[in-house]
Amino acid sequence: MAILVFSEETDGHASASALELTSKAAQLGEVTVFHVGEGSADALAELGAHGATSVHHMDPGDGLPAPAAAAAIADLVGGDAPAAVLFGMGNTDRDVAGRLSARLGRPVLAAAVDLSIDPVRVTSEILGGTQQIITEATAQAPALVIVRPKAFAANDTGGPAPSTTAVAAPDVGRSGSAVVVERHVEEQEGPDLEAANVVVSGGRGLGGPDNWHLVEELAAELKGAVGATRAVVDAGWVPYSLQVGQTGKTVKPTVYIATGISGAMQHMVGMKDSGTIIAINKDADAPIFGIADLGVVGDVQQIVPKLIEALKARS
Amino acid sequence: MKIAVCVKQIPDPATPYELDAESHLVVRPQDQVLDDTDRYGVEIGLQLAEASEGTVTLFSMSPSGSLQGIRQALAMGADKAVLIDDQALRGSAALTTARVLAAAIEREGFDLVIAGTESTDGYTGVVPQQIAEILDVPALSFARRVEAGDGKVTIERQTATGYDVVESPLPAVLAVTAGSVEPRYPTFKGIMQAKQKPIENLTAGDLGFGDDDVGIAGSGQSITAVAPIAGRQAGEIIEDDGEAHLRIVALLEEAKVI
Ligand SMILES: Cc1cc2nc3c(=O)[nH]c(=O)nc-3n(C[C@H](O)[C@H](O)[C@H](O)COP(=O)(O)OP(=O)(O)OC[C@H]3O[C@@H](n4cnc5c(N)ncnc54)[C@H](O)[C@@H]3O)c2cc1C
Ligand SMILES: Nc1ncnc2c1ncn2[C@@H]1O[C@H](COP(=O)(O)O)[C@@H](O)[C@H]1O
Repeated sequence: MAILVFSEETDGHASASALELTSKAAQLGEVTVFHVGEGSADALAELGAHGATSVHHMDPGDGLPAPAAAAAIADLVGGDAPAAVLFGMGNTDRDVAGRLSARLGRPVLAAAVDLSIDPVRVTSEILGGTQQIITEATAQAPALVIVRPKAFAANDTGGPAPSTTAVAAPDVGRSGSAVVVERHVEEQEGPDLEAANVVVSGGRGLGGPDNWHLVEELAAELKGAVGATRAVVDAGWVPYSLQVGQTGKTVKPTVYIATGISGAMQHMVGMKDSGTIIAINKDADAPIFGIADLGVVGDVQQIVPKLIEALKARS
Repeated sequence: MKIAVCVKQIPDPATPYELDAESHLVVRPQDQVLDDTDRYGVEIGLQLAEASEGTVTLFSMSPSGSLQGIRQALAMGADKAVLIDDQALRGSAALTTARVLAAAIEREGFDLVIAGTESTDGYTGVVPQQIAEILDVPALSFARRVEAGDGKVTIERQTATGYDVVESPLPAVLAVTAGSVEPRYPTFKGIMQAKQKPIENLTAGDLGFGDDDVGIAGSGQSITAVAPIAGRQAGEIIEDDGEAHLRIVALLEEAKVI
């Protein structure tokens, strides 16, 4: 069974989701990757090491990559269709999946947490992760599947560099006329949120951006990363790159500390698989306590400074 | 500028959702509310229309007979609505939704289509891109800070590491994120006026779709099983007595992160 995996390059590396999906796909069949970006040697080597045997590589230049990528993938899968095309949840992943779906007339099976092929069946969690459904693709191959981050582990099995074919970006006319005129990378201190062993997240209960230093100091004491709810991202206290949840990052640290966070289901889907969850909230009925290993009913402004002091005193 | 805003009506998120035992679809009550996510799209549409003496037309597809969510968006200030409401659409996949919405939008004409990034109850997050592909226009997804005029639209596009500034000629599709603007609350006058605003009702057939193209039959997928997930159990809950931080330190030690 052939499976195609979508990958986008960032900073000379294949996307984390592409490595996870390639690893999974390699267990199910033969993996080809469609890789968008500069096509650095590192990125290609990573894909090979995780099990890709061949890579089609397209450099989109300054255009938004999705229209051309969708057209090129549609050409690729036109003849001998793979069983499935797998995408992560990144911006470009979703853009390409949507466009490819309309082009090929196939549905998108979204938010998958598990996958089997022949026939293609995906498991996804709905209603805030309380129920799981299994959906079978009944349309003609390929099935288009969007997979949640960290659903599968990335396995470096030491495979050789894949054979690489350059694909010219097809001219897609009007659809392809949007261009990126500036790129801004927001500097981030401390460990990577998605890989960190400890994550300290803050919500609206911090009271305001002036108190955000409490979250940062606690994270620094624990050599952890800082996360946030969408409420505080929307309020402009912190950048979107810190958002944890359904429309942000998915984290599975050893310890997750939620401070001033109510525990909306859209936040919890991004952190509920953490090892130990500690929550501080002044409302005893906050939903976050329903999944916390230790719930402390109290004021973050009282508790967090004392916690920071206690940790400092130990070191 | 002629602005089309896609708005989804959903069961009130404050009430627990139920799944139909046979079809496994979410049970849709008669009264559905405006998806909170789409209030941002409506707000951006209104701001751009105000700046360009344009119009805002709402497009919504639902098989429920509900008008409540549409009225909420009309009360914010949209000019009129096109509602595709048809029992045949029950169980439609995102692609069908996009095809139906795109057909209705094309029939009306547009310079800009605005949708949300992700609906609260569906969260496939691909409808706007599918609409863009069908209409053969650029899709500017994950958009915040939108400016439009002189035949083009410029946005800040959220990325995993920051943001990009993206520019596109019109017509185009925008998928906006929540943080972009502060949606206005309907005024009393707005609520009264909304009752008089035109809502055009269409069926899938009016837009040229057959019953087998839409709904469960046309979805290309079938739900084969639904099962509850054994959730994480609540652990110990303590009231802070001034010493709770020590209990946290002990647990951090137990977890071997300090
Ligand atoms: C389609 C969609 C996608 C979404 N995606 C995401 C996502 O990816 N991530 C995300 O986080 N959200 C997401 N949301 C938003 C989500 O629904 C919630 O609105 C959000 O998570 C709430 O953030 P919060 O917990 O910071 O704020 P609130 O819900 O306002 O909670 C604040 C909490 O702080 C507590 N508090 C107040 N003062 C104190 C104090 N002094 N000490 C201790 N506790 C205090 C309160 O009791 C309250 O529980 C999404 C929503 C939608 C519709
Ligand atoms: N039935 C619908 N009617 C109108 N707009 C919709 C509908 N479904 C989705 N949309 C739009 O598409 C966006 C993304 O939805 P989804 O792909 O379901 O996550 C929503 O925020 C809406 O703006």
